[in-house]
Amino acid sequence: MDIIVQHITKKFGSQKAVDDVSFTVKTGEIVGFLGPNGAGKTTTMKAITCYFMPNEGDISVGGYSIRENPSAVKKNIGYLPENNPLYKDMPVIDYLHFVAELHGIPENRINARILDMVNTCGLEGEKHKKIGELSKGYQQRVGLAQALIHNPNVLVLDEPTSGLDPNQIIEIRDLIRKIGQEKTVILSSHILAEVEATCDRIVIIHKGKIVADGTTALLRQQSQGREILKVTIEGGNKNEVFKALQGLTNVQMVDMLSKSDNTFEVQSKPDTSSRRDVFRLCAKKGWDLTELTPTETKLEDVFRELTLN
Amino acid sequence: MFPIWIITKREMASFFDSLLAYILLIAFLGFSGLFTWLLGGDVFMVKQASLQSFFGVAYWSLFFFIPALTMRMIAEEKSSGTLELMLTKPISDWQLVLGKFLSALLLIMISLALTLPYYITVASIGPLDHGAVWTGYLGLLLMSVAYISIGLFASSITTNQIVAFLLSLLIGIFFHFLFGMLAQYFPGFIGKILNYLSLQAHYQSITRGVVDSKDLIYFLSLIFLGLFAAETTLAKRNINDN
Repeated sequence: MDIIVQHITKKFGSQKAVDDVSFTVKTGEIVGFLGPNGAGKTTTMKAITCYFMPNEGDISVGGYSIRENPSAVKKNIGYLPENNPLYKDMPVIDYLHFVAELHGIPENRINARILDMVNTCGLEGEKHKKIGELSKGYQQRVGLAQALIHNPNVLVLDEPTSGLDPNQIIEIRDLIRKIGQEKTVILSSHILAEVEATCDRIVIIHKGKIVADGTTALLRQQSQGREILKVTIEGGNKNEVFKALQGLTNVQMVDMLSKSDNTFEVQSKPDTSSRRDVFRLCAKKGWDLTELTPTETKLEDVFRELTLN
Repeated sequence: MFPIWIITKREMASFFDSLLAYILLIAFLGFSGLFTWLLGGDVFMVKQASLQSFFGVAYWSLFFFIPALTMRMIAEEKSSGTLELMLTKPISDWQLVLGKFLSALLLIMISLALTLPYYITVASIGPLDHGAVWTGYLGLLLMSVAYISIGLFASSITTNQIVAFLLSLLIGIFFHFLFGMLAQYFPGFIGKILNYLSLQAHYQSITRGVVDSKDLIYFLSLIFLGLFAAETTLAKRNINDN
């Protein structure tokens, strides 16, 4: 089931929390929704899950429009809201039973579904405890279990791992990856490593607008688009080497990285490479090329570049 | 099963889990029992089989108990975020509001039903006007339903339960006696309007044994207005606000 978001705008007062946002999530895809706090991630997710209507634009989930057929959309979505709200005074089993009833699962199939969820989410030992008595990690699992109980085609998870310890984070991520194989998943986060580890695609949102959309590799490339080399050349005068490097046809910029030895950062012009030229230059001049490493742009840098203004 | 009933069942379970239901039942039965049998104008004092004092006490105790019952219903869900969880399930705002409304109504009906032994025992010690008793119960029930819907509205506009409690009392006071009192000071047309707005006046006319369609319409429109306002407050999130 595809999620198609078309030009949605949502205002709070005069402020636009989401401004003309469009994107598509395909079946079987796990999309990470990334952005600084207050960028509009949660607002977009609330619109997808029909918590509120956007002021403008439309969203379709599996062909159903949130404006024309919200109840069909809701039936197909499993939603884990931000901060994982739960009825703390209810026992886990009762709570799952209640949610299953709300989703219209027939009474004779509810117990099987609950059992399935208890197994999938690892709640076996806690199922009779009150939700409020559980640790945060287990509460998060209850949140996931209630989102999955009706076996939805679409999963919307708002910061699914916030507040968990590293082991729990890895468990939840594995669970999401496992579930995400046959479902459409959209998850939000402001932790880059998490999105990189779980998602096939990343959508970066900033100040209510989408600033990037693509795979991690594509994003890295798009943001820099230029080759950066770390070069160390020995056996030559520093200034002479610097000038010679700058004189290469494909080189845009040369930076001295250290004062003591001849290490430079060489940035090529867009869509070109100067690796061969650097090597030939050294061979011609009789210098020793001791290091030539392409530097990979970190996703953090991409993120900072896109969202810092 | 109907979504409204699923919500009602959960609310009822939460009443009884949180002791709220027991406290309310004990307090209500205790107060009304005390005044029927032992204190003030009780049956032995007036030497007459009558439930007058029972209805008098119930009229006031329900006025205070109902806001305590409804104050958390929406306010708590708003502040804990479970409202978002509920409204993203395949149910509508109306179904949520009606489910909660129904659960409070059921609890009030249970507490009124539990006072029937007073009726039976009083009836056994002397001649009793049975018609007046039944219209008395009808009056109490209609009044309760009206306050439940006002309470739900008060609960829907805030995340603070105390604010919800005080607000529904404040709105309630106007209907409970202020409109009736003010009506006496304003002659003519304004006085008539105030008198029509007074819940007390309609309650008294029903308990007097005259079940007029005018009174029923009054209660039904008050109930509808309260629920409609609660639903509208919830639906406001679609336009601008959180």
